[in-house]
Amino acid sequence: MNTPKSLFFWLLLTPFVLWLLLLVIIPHFDMLGIALREQIAPRQYAFSFKNFSEFFTEPLYWRTFMRTAVMSILATALTLLIAFPVSYYIAKMLRGRPKSFLFLLCLLPFWVSELVRTYGWMILLRETGVISNALQWLGLVSGPVELLYNDAAIMIGLVYTSMLFMVVPLVTVLESLSDDIIEASYDLGASMWTTMRQIVIPHAMPGIVSGCIIVFMMSLGNYLTPNLLGGKDSLWFTEQIYTQFITRFNWELGSAFGILLLVLSSIIVWLGLKLSKQTLTSTMT
Amino acid sequence: MIPSISQPASFRWTYRAYILLFYIFLVAPLVVVATFAFNDSLFPSLPWNGFTLDWFTSSDSQRMGVFHDSAMLESVGVSAFIAFFVTSLSIFVATTNAFLFERYDFRFKEFLYMLMLLPLVIPGVILGISILISSNSMANYMDEAFNLEVEFLRPGLVLVILGQFAFITTIATMVIGARLRKMDRSLEEAAYNLGASKTAVLRTITLPYLRPAMLGAGIVAFLMSFENFNTTLMLTSSDSPLTITMFDRLREGSTPELNAVSLLLMIVSGCLALLSVFAQKKEEV
Repeated sequence: MNTPKSLFFWLLLTPFVLWLLLLVIIPHFDMLGIALREQIAPRQYAFSFKNFSEFFTEPLYWRTFMRTAVMSILATALTLLIAFPVSYYIAKMLRGRPKSFLFLLCLLPFWVSELVRTYGWMILLRETGVISNALQWLGLVSGPVELLYNDAAIMIGLVYTSMLFMVVPLVTVLESLSDDIIEASYDLGASMWTTMRQIVIPHAMPGIVSGCIIVFMMSLGNYLTPNLLGGKDSLWFTEQIYTQFITRFNWELGSAFGILLLVLSSIIVWLGLKLSKQTLTSTMT
Repeated sequence: MIPSISQPASFRWTYRAYILLFYIFLVAPLVVVATFAFNDSLFPSLPWNGFTLDWFTSSDSQRMGVFHDSAMLESVGVSAFIAFFVTSLSIFVATTNAFLFERYDFRFKEFLYMLMLLPLVIPGVILGISILISSNSMANYMDEAFNLEVEFLRPGLVLVILGQFAFITTIATMVIGARLRKMDRSLEEAAYNLGASKTAVLRTITLPYLRPAMLGAGIVAFLMSFENFNTTLMLTSSDSPLTITMFDRLREGSTPELNAVSLLLMIVSGCLALLSVFAQKKEEV
């Protein structure tokens, strides 16, 4: 390691500081500043908590907030449940070519724009869509069924969109578990479920935590999926932020919402890291 | 639960069926999007009216094909323009960041690295509005203090580029930093021993070693920029990039032209994804 006094060091530090300060740190402090002010006369502002109190007194706002949080947690849990067996299969049951093929196949859909993937679900789920027609053809329903614009559709979209971010950390962590340890567990008489519970899952914990954190953040901050699959009543908090900023032009309230969303995600991520005794840096890399 | 431990056949087949179902879930939306691009109907839904290439090539205003839709083509140009600048900027800053964190020890290094990761955990919508607020207050200040109207600080291409650059740099830094960490320092030391200058070592040893990672990160950056929606939505104005144009069309009610655009997008991003996988394969050699 070099000593940090050389000219080269300062040359490297400059773009980093400019980037982080101008595009990340200062904008967020500006947002906090706007969230904590109130217009008292034209072009006159004063410090106030009015925007935050408005959030707590207007049921629509905090219900949307709670709903977004609960649905994101649910989406994270579902993604984990669906992804774990698949990741285990890829990491432990397969070898060589089939393994890399299935793993790649898992990744490829996520190189496609989120908009295209959501559009695909719209074609599948809508009243005139593929699934509705298939159900009619099978004789399970008598007329067209609308599967779009409800919470289940939002949930499918969220789980689908974040699948990759669960599968990759899980496969990575499961690959590092030696087969010998699993065999040893069986040799000592453990059943499949005991081995799962006492060997595999504790070993996979770092991957589970990092996958869950990323999926949760992505669901919380998602805009496209609730908007397109949930329709008018999707009530997602990011939509509320968009409405305040672009439609109502109430930047003060919109900023307060932004801060609240950031606080919520930080608290939940912090809890996740504390419970699993990890750090943000170890989770992300 | 590894191949060397036998399981009942029923369990094995259930497991395989589950994996199969998972992959159907994964590819179904993409397959329907691609298929309906060729449906000879005004709506991207069943019934199937036969095969047509109209949604790519027709110039009829009723059923405009992609290649004649000037608004759509223009937005592809806008997206490419944005992605080019985002990629160049973020690869440059990511490379300097990688040297900063992998080659130097300085005070608060751990803390600054954590700050560097921040853009990954900030929802895209919030990153967008915070930059919008910051640049807007800067523009207002310039207007009031110097009577200057600074056009680029208002929503538009420059802000979209800055917003995407803000978080894509973090991802690129992680890719390039990981490569630099693996480098064998004795290669550089050998060059120094042979009398090479610092710039000569950088140019002939270190940067060539980093090239595959820079290429891979560049492809990822380009795709992420091209497909970004959340941050872009808050910062864009009249020159809308492709994802925003597609989103607006989708809400108006879509024709299979949108499927045709999506299919082209899938082909291009699929090819780029494979290219980046090969770039990483080469890196391992």
